[in-house]
Amino acid sequence: MLELKNLSYQTSEGKEILRNVSLKIDDRFVAITGPNGSGKSTLAKLIAGIYTPTSGQILLDGEDITDLSITERANHGISFAFQQPVRFKGITVKDLISIASGKKISISEACQYLSEVGLCAKDYINREVDASLSGGELKRIEIAMINARGTKISVFDEPEAGIDLWSFNNLIQVFKSMYERTRGTILIISHQERILDIADKIVVIAGGEVAAYGAKNEILPELLGAQAGCRFTAKEARA
Amino acid sequence: MDKIQKHLLEEIADLHEVPQGAYSLRINGSLYGKNDSENISIVKKEDKPGIDIYIRPGTKNESVHIPVLLSQTGLKELVYNDFHVGEDCDVTIVAGCGIHNSGSAESEHSGIHAFYLAKGAKLKYVEKHYGEGDGSGKNLMNPTTIVVMEENSYMEMETAQIKGVDSTKRATTATLADGATLIVREKIMTHGEQFAETDFTVDLNGENCGAHVVSRSVAKDNSRQTFLSRVRGNNKCSGHTECDAIIMDDAQVTALPQIEANHVDASLIHEAAIGKIAGEQLIKLMTLGLTEKEAEEQIVNGFLK
Repeated sequence: MLELKNLSYQTSEGKEILRNVSLKIDDRFVAITGPNGSGKSTLAKLIAGIYTPTSGQILLDGEDITDLSITERANHGISFAFQQPVRFKGITVKDLISIASGKKISISEACQYLSEVGLCAKDYINREVDASLSGGELKRIEIAMINARGTKISVFDEPEAGIDLWSFNNLIQVFKSMYERTRGTILIISHQERILDIADKIVVIAGGEVAAYGAKNEILPELLGAQAGCRFTAKEARA
Repeated sequence: MDKIQKHLLEEIADLHEVPQGAYSLRINGSLYGKNDSENISIVKKEDKPGIDIYIRPGTKNESVHIPVLLSQTGLKELVYNDFHVGEDCDVTIVAGCGIHNSGSAESEHSGIHAFYLAKGAKLKYVEKHYGEGDGSGKNLMNPTTIVVMEENSYMEMETAQIKGVDSTKRATTATLADGATLIVREKIMTHGEQFAETDFTVDLNGENCGAHVVSRSVAKDNSRQTFLSRVRGNNKCSGHTECDAIIMDDAQVTALPQIEANHVDASLIHEAAIGKIAGEQLIKLMTLGLTEKEAEEQIVNGFLK
């Protein structure tokens, strides 16, 4: 279980991004949504250790991991898929999947991970993860890496961003099958109704605070309602 | 060959023993052994150190190995090797120099390699430089390469200097006739107090000839690198020169790409980029469980692969 206790984050310029966020994430598939600039990506980066909180605690299965580095958190079972995947000169898809899985893997194993994200493995396995790959291809490779890691917690920062409509249908399938196949927790930041629709629970972040957190069946209809934008203001949530 | 020499040979040529086919092996300043094949003859020069290599026209899919090993400290040598690649050949030449210096005196190998490619000849030339040894003596290599390409010939030149060479100055000149193509890929890594300079001059003289000169390098610690590249378009031709460098620690890198068009149909491009490893690349690999140091190694190894 991942638990966030009174987590706050200010930028070095003193701008407050997250305020007193407390969440217990113990379901298999939790989606985090909310307006642009509400602090969702910051929250994901705090969980992955890329940012350090100004105050508060992060607990993984009861263990305080707040002061652990990115590497230590990765080795404790946290994976993080970037919103904008990173390009590398000379490093191949197979190299990255091998690093992600933590061991030397065979071509057929690597191909398995690529097939799961809808890439024809033989076309990609020896490609460099550089500017020759499109944004959509990179996003899928990013997801394949997370699959190869197979950790307790997998955090995805807007996996749909930059993916075309055709690929998007496949993406939903990828997450559905990940949900069925794996045992870990999937934490996914998304604006897409169809992704929210396959979640067990939904967290709404607005203005740097948790505006709502509950079962999909409770939250999603509200979000899609006529006044959805205003319904979950931070003020009401606190009330 | 002793153990050290065998190790050097493995480092520079991936060879465990004296190679098959045509070869010339030079150890500690003298010719250790050579072998001709039916189509390739190697002739020792009479007037100066070095060899002439004659590849018969039409020779296909053959290779020549010409490694040089230095394990005696303080040895300095200058060697002239001339390669005569006949018409319509398709061959590979693997050269390289490995120095093991366990003493306090400087060891130096300077090779002057000249390539004469006849019409339609195709050549892949691979050269690897490697230095090692725990002595205080420096390992120096100063290769000069001269390339003369006749009509429609094609040459790929891959050079790598990854470890242990304290100082190197590489000078390469090439002249291309009609329809000739030259591709140069250079990889350099310097560390400690090392210095590496490369200097390319390519004259695109023929109609529809073309050249790509691409250098990738990593400079660590206090090392210094200079990359100079002049591509002159003297006819209807295409030329491209590129330098891409990763700088680390207190290293210094200078890139001076220069293109000169002397003909209205010359199409020339230069690109040069120097920068440290991108922070997001390190972070990505760290989220996969690597430490910062391991992530750095992966990025550098990939870049120079």
